[in-house]
Amino acid sequence: MELLRFTTAGSVDDGKSTLIGRLLYDSKSIFEDQVQQIEQTSKKKGLEHVDLSLFTDGLKDEREQGITIDVAYRYFATPKRKFIIADTPGHVQYTRNMVTGASTANLALILVDARNGVIEQTKRHTFIASLLQIPHIFVCINKMDLVDYSQEAYDRVVKEYTDFAAKLNVKDVRFVPMSALHGDNVVSRGENMSWYEGGTLLHNLETVHISSDHNLRDCRFPVQTVIRPHSDEYHDFRGYAGRVAGGVFKKGDSVVALPSGLESKIAAIHTMTGELEEAFPPQSVTITLEDDIDISRGDVLVRSENRPEGQQDLDVMLCWLNANPPRPRAKYVIKHTTAEARAMITDIQYKMDINTLHRMEEDKAIKMNDIARVKIRSTKPLFADDYTVNRVTGSIILVDEATNETVAAGMVR
Amino acid sequence: MSNYSLTHLEELEAEAIYVIREVYAQFDNPAILFSGGKDSIVVTHLARKAFWPAKIPFPLVHIDTGHNFPETMEFRDNLIKEMSANLVVGSVQQSIDEGAVVEETGMNASRNALQTTTLLDTIEANNFDACMGGARRDEEKARAKERFFSHRDDFGQWDPKNQRPELWNLFNGKKRMGEHFRVFPISNWTEMDVWQYILKENIAIPELYFAKERNVIWRNGSWLPVSEFITLKDTDEPQMKMVRFRTLGDITITGGQESNADTLEKIIQEVASSRQTERGNREDDKRSESAMEDRKRQGYF
Repeated sequence: MELLRFTTAGSVDDGKSTLIGRLLYDSKSIFEDQVQQIEQTSKKKGLEHVDLSLFTDGLKDEREQGITIDVAYRYFATPKRKFIIADTPGHVQYTRNMVTGASTANLALILVDARNGVIEQTKRHTFIASLLQIPHIFVCINKMDLVDYSQEAYDRVVKEYTDFAAKLNVKDVRFVPMSALHGDNVVSRGENMSWYEGGTLLHNLETVHISSDHNLRDCRFPVQTVIRPHSDEYHDFRGYAGRVAGGVFKKGDSVVALPSGLESKIAAIHTMTGELEEAFPPQSVTITLEDDIDISRGDVLVRSENRPEGQQDLDVMLCWLNANPPRPRAKYVIKHTTAEARAMITDIQYKMDINTLHRMEEDKAIKMNDIARVKIRSTKPLFADDYTVNRVTGSIILVDEATNETVAAGMVR
Repeated sequence: MSNYSLTHLEELEAEAIYVIREVYAQFDNPAILFSGGKDSIVVTHLARKAFWPAKIPFPLVHIDTGHNFPETMEFRDNLIKEMSANLVVGSVQQSIDEGAVVEETGMNASRNALQTTTLLDTIEANNFDACMGGARRDEEKARAKERFFSHRDDFGQWDPKNQRPELWNLFNGKKRMGEHFRVFPISNWTEMDVWQYILKENIAIPELYFAKERNVIWRNGSWLPVSEFITLKDTDEPQMKMVRFRTLGDITITGGQESNADTLEKIIQEVASSRQTERGNREDDKRSESAMEDRKRQGYF
């Protein structure tokens, strides 16, 4: 069975929590004791129906205020697939949470209220999904019950969205008309939209092709740590432990270690349960080489004919995550795969207005939740790829040296 | 169709091994919190795989409430011997004797909440800067918001509203002196994933997980094992029942369920058809709606 990670964006008003509740409830992923708990809380709040949205509210403050303040993860499975949901709040002030949820997702669910069509918030969510290069976007046109399940209303939203998305770099977009409240087209088809010829949301989630979402072309193996057993049996064993970030590594392949540029061949690919002939993303393995060359954490193994360039000046789309804005000429720790250096933001080219997608070249004061195109100077070369080519080797975070907080997330261009 | 795809168990394993290796690389003195339950056994197994053919580079830390199932202790000691790993024991009894905590009294008394003090003292005494645990996000609503790398202040407290954002697989383990991290390599696993993985990898687990005739009493909706640590009421009727435990905690709070599942295959079938959550039989979670969140804030597992 494959694993699909998806993120959901939308606000309380879109019925996002109800949709997730419905998906879990109708796929029989909510347990009886959880249903009981929700029933009790619904009663306490004076509601007549069981509020499925309560299922997704995690922390005490959220339950009391009825808002989602952080990314929450949900799990469910059908006989066809396993799913991980990163449930993120959709308000403008929570851009950072959306970016966080989107960073590990194969797919985004974007909710649109059929009555309102494409609004600012829809654009914002779609922009973030495209910025984070989520390979698949499912637009859930919800609350169809409130527009009499009309095909015209659906077609209008599809057209509006398609026109808007043409401006963005999004690959696979699908539309599903639904009523999360009544359950139409979420898990089962229902009888209200016979004009709709596509599958239900769950059917689409179960069948979307995801195995080619990883980069299998450009070989990248960032070294996490070196394994030296110092035992009699493995006296000379020197293995490089890591997770394949791109491409397929085969036993016998010639490889180059960066930054040193030293070359060798793969002697073996080890796991505790036996050697592998080849390793591909996102496998965690240990590689031994034929020659004893000096490699340590932060280095990357690549093929000699396909090397990333070492960059000290990086062109980055940056999302600022912290309440404290960047300080001029402040030094940050930059983390890129397993490498780490110190870095400085040397230039702010423009900020994005994430509602209109306009570049703001006058206002360059970066605040929390802002997305900006910046130049970053690193103290040592980082072997980064374009984020659109590889999400693992194209991403960075900045850590404030004073507070140790993760203050920004960046996508290398 | 490419052959380069992983099953969900292979992908979850690869993710967990990556996280465990990051812990080793980013911290000076990490440890595994080992309860003897299936989740911490799986984390220990993954740690072995992550560093093979080297030995597991972490000590196992057991917070001993003194109210253990004897089978769990035996299992722990055998595993330690087999891996030639180090064991560090933090004793709740010692915390009580030293006056650091006061024991609960009464019919529903438990040492569950007392563990937090002993755990934090053990972390401090041993200078552990990262403690890996087997907590999973699917277990409980407060745990659904946990990070892989979860920062704790110098009082060991968790601040759920002020967590560091965690993006891609870039984990930030930076901290000040006195602070530490809790790390959860199997965050994304479900109860079913854990059982399927135990079966696939043929991992040994305590026999308490398998159905067997056991001496139990019916209390608060589950079969509680009769032991020297439990106060019996006149109305309690100890009896022999085919019972297994779905989770393992203190012997005083871990309720069993009637079951005939005496093999891993049967357990998986039972879990698949279960309509109750895994922690439904845990008295520690039933105390209030936010029982787990409140304990976690203070530094609980």
